[in-house]
Amino acid sequence: MSMKLLRGLLVSVVFLLAGCQTVLMAPSGDLAVQQRDLIITSTLLMLLIIVPVIVLTLFFAWHFRASNKKAHYDPEWDHSTILELLIWAAPLLIIIALGAITWVSTHKLDPYRQLERIAAQRPVPADVRPLQVNVVALDWKWLFIYPEQGIATVNELAAPVDRPIQFKITASTVMNSFFIPALAGQIYAMPGMETQLQAVINAPGEFQGFSANYSGHGFSGMRFLFHGVTEEGFAQWVAKAKAGGGDLNRDAYVKLAAPSEYDPVKYYATVEPGLYRAILTHCVDPENPSCMTRVDLSPHEASEGAAVSPPGQASGMAAMATHPHSD
Amino acid sequence: MLSHPDLAKLIFGRLSLDSLPLHEPIVVYTFVAVAIGAIALLGAITYYKLWGYLWHEWFTSIDHKKIGIMYMILGFVMLLRGFSDAIMMRGQQAVSFGASHGYLPPEHYDQVFTAHGVIMIFFVAMPMVTGLMNFVMPLQIGARDVAFPFLNNFSFWMTVAGAMLVMCSLFIGEFARTGWLAYPPLSDIVSSPDAGVDYYIWALQIAGVGTLLSGINLLVTIVKMRAPGMTLMKMPVFTWTALCTNVLIVAAFPVLTAVLAMLALDRYAGTNFFTTELGGNAMMYVNLIWIWGHPEVYILILPAFGIFSEVTATFSRKPLFGYASMVYATVVITVLSYLVWLHHFFTMGSGASVNSFFGITTMIISIPTGAKIFNWLFTMYRGRVDFELPMMWTVAFMVTFVIGGMTGVLLAVPPADFSLHNSLFLIAHFHNVIIGGVLFGLFAGITYWFPKAFGFRLDPFWGKCSFWFWVSGFYFAFMPLYMLGLMGVTRRLSHFDDPSLRIWFLIAAFGAFLIALGIACNIIQFIVSFKNREALRDVTGDPWGGRTLEWSTSSPPPKYNFAFTPRIHDHDAWWMMKKYRWQRPLNGYLPIHMPHNTGAGFIMAALSFVFGFAMIWYMWLLAIVAFVALLLVAIGHTFNYDREYYIPADEVSRIEQSRTDLLASHV
Repeated sequence: MSMKLLRGLLVSVVFLLAGCQTVLMAPSGDLAVQQRDLIITSTLLMLLIIVPVIVLTLFFAWHFRASNKKAHYDPEWDHSTILELLIWAAPLLIIIALGAITWVSTHKLDPYRQLERIAAQRPVPADVRPLQVNVVALDWKWLFIYPEQGIATVNELAAPVDRPIQFKITASTVMNSFFIPALAGQIYAMPGMETQLQAVINAPGEFQGFSANYSGHGFSGMRFLFHGVTEEGFAQWVAKAKAGGGDLNRDAYVKLAAPSEYDPVKYYATVEPGLYRAILTHCVDPENPSCMTRVDLSPHEASEGAAVSPPGQASGMAAMATHPHSD
Repeated sequence: MLSHPDLAKLIFGRLSLDSLPLHEPIVVYTFVAVAIGAIALLGAITYYKLWGYLWHEWFTSIDHKKIGIMYMILGFVMLLRGFSDAIMMRGQQAVSFGASHGYLPPEHYDQVFTAHGVIMIFFVAMPMVTGLMNFVMPLQIGARDVAFPFLNNFSFWMTVAGAMLVMCSLFIGEFARTGWLAYPPLSDIVSSPDAGVDYYIWALQIAGVGTLLSGINLLVTIVKMRAPGMTLMKMPVFTWTALCTNVLIVAAFPVLTAVLAMLALDRYAGTNFFTTELGGNAMMYVNLIWIWGHPEVYILILPAFGIFSEVTATFSRKPLFGYASMVYATVVITVLSYLVWLHHFFTMGSGASVNSFFGITTMIISIPTGAKIFNWLFTMYRGRVDFELPMMWTVAFMVTFVIGGMTGVLLAVPPADFSLHNSLFLIAHFHNVIIGGVLFGLFAGITYWFPKAFGFRLDPFWGKCSFWFWVSGFYFAFMPLYMLGLMGVTRRLSHFDDPSLRIWFLIAAFGAFLIALGIACNIIQFIVSFKNREALRDVTGDPWGGRTLEWSTSSPPPKYNFAFTPRIHDHDAWWMMKKYRWQRPLNGYLPIHMPHNTGAGFIMAALSFVFGFAMIWYMWLLAIVAFVALLLVAIGHTFNYDREYYIPADEVSRIEQSRTDLLASHV
């Protein structure tokens, strides 16, 4: 089968998958698009060897069947140096290619890496700063805090199209995974720890978001909608949250964090400063013996108000809050 | 004086009538059915006065062949339980859309998927793999038993004790609702205060002792007890894979034991290894359990590779192509399996360099695996391939497994995994390799070695029915899951909003139904074969034209396996013996030294079961009593000096003479 034909076949399969609402094959965020392309490239590369193996298996099984006395039978033949070199070399070559792709793409698509482009051929404009969103996975709902807008929402997320978003993600009690398939890949939400995701949405619309890591009784209902909107739409959405909501102070947070399932969307007009940091470090109740800031807080971490982390891997978090990003 | 509530607490711990799930109709019906079945079975055994036979000939047996068979029976019984869990999940996911929340509430559904995973890995795949190694490997190396026959019996019953604890959780209390690896913080005492996770911990700890001991046992057997002349590079490939698997067991299972012990300490003693508080770190648990968990995957698949190697060579009527490269591939996989564990959690936020390292090491494993596939391929090349059932399973495996291998390598690309992790794509992938690899391998192995174990072949018609239902059922059940994964559907959901997903779940449920038919055909196959055993009888001891030593002895083999220890000059020893017209020696027999049966293993495992049950329910008094009794029996057993006996030469002579007559009458 020629490469061109194979590619054509695969592309048509991809379109078919896109037609079946396979969000991973037809995403709307640049990161997810690149991940999709990577999935397709890797699959094509592997099909180079998988297809011949399947075809040969069936052909050999058929041709060398016992009843086919015309087939060449060599009851002693069990070694061929050239063949053996070939059968080790063929997968080796594929894996060298795939390994190189893996190394490059893993670094390029690292969820912690600051975005360099909004989409293909569209670098991030110099004056655009990413939208900050702090995400807390609760039992069993999502809390989104917008530190710059001073609002918070439950089970609803919105962001302007084509503006980079920087998510900082943690959890209150158990582990979850923050996943909006149309936007970008997932990352775990873990209590006492912070993970990050840098992403951008390129098309307006409503996208499904959910927890992709089983977290207990209410897990199935841990869903939310992510709205990709225009800048004006985003301003209106923020205004709606400000108009409709109450205050998210520590008491309100404790009430919210109590286990509940299939929670409706909820808005908070104000958020107590430092609340996200307090959740991350188990210091919502400052008397909590496991409150991490009571133990230690290194000097540069003390500047809690810092809105934007330096680019790259550094993230502003308490010294004791374990940083899983280890390179 | 103790007041009454305290006394009740001392004796019953936290177990009370409320612990019985009487409010769950499904469980109650199941219990009634199981109880009726159990009473019928026990009644039948009593009626036919089989207790003595079972106890003396099977339960206390330290014959590796009988223990191997008992492992297989355990695995098959647990397969029925694990599969009913699967059917329940498929049923729930096929109906739980929109307003309907299905028939399984989350607290029940979450137990079902946890139990399914635990049972299928620990109590189906593991016992079956161990059982086949137990039965086949000593015969392949020309040994009379394993190195430590008593330990073998004890290991088996410890596995049974673990399985029984899991079964108990169905009717007394509940099983874990954490997923099959019980990640904290969800599995810690705050999030899971009930007995479920404790059932999980003690079932796996007790069964884990059995697995580890059996690993040591089989490892020593292969290293020390090979027939003279059988150097490492002359061992049959199945024995090679058994060697590597047992190395993995010995190196990996202590990690599982340690990590579960730490989790138990967190739950029982208030330590903070994996808690979110006081410096504990759940990520350490995730790392540790996968440092065991990834080698575990290869513990299961390597023996399957060994089976396929034996089967392909036998039915292609040709030696295995590239024996040496097959062996090196196995060893490379063994070593590499320790360097890939992090690929199970790329999404935890390790850096790009760490993630790519583990991604690339994972891909490297596909090179020796690919070489193996090619070796089987070129074994068929220029062969005369007989499509007996084991060979059909092998071809189905080769076609199915490469698809699973491809999706596995895809998941090893970290950015792709960020999208596919925890999705139904992942579920489809590992069922693709475990069913398409391990299970197809086990079925090939069972069909292949069944005549050796019982003296008659399995009925091919019902075997083929089972084959086609299983293979087509697999594709119907899991290809839709790949699709659903690409649609962004994650695992372990008991309810869905989007009705457009439903068609795929219905197809998957249909696939599960086909597999159910496959299992039914399996059972019919056993019954039909037993009824027709005279017609299916194997008198030669070599029904398939085999190549390795197990086919040189009778079917079933005598207690002592080989009247004379064979001498080995090349791999495919039996093939060589046939080629050079080897003659069975007909006289000159010597008395054969054999180990005595003992009930100590059964009793110690039963006490371990009681101890585990007591620990689960906080019955401290009973736990202490059971543990002390366990130690006493173990110490007592060391004073048992009546451990061995000789089969007199004239009895050996009589047994061998009857085989000579049998062979002569069927020439």
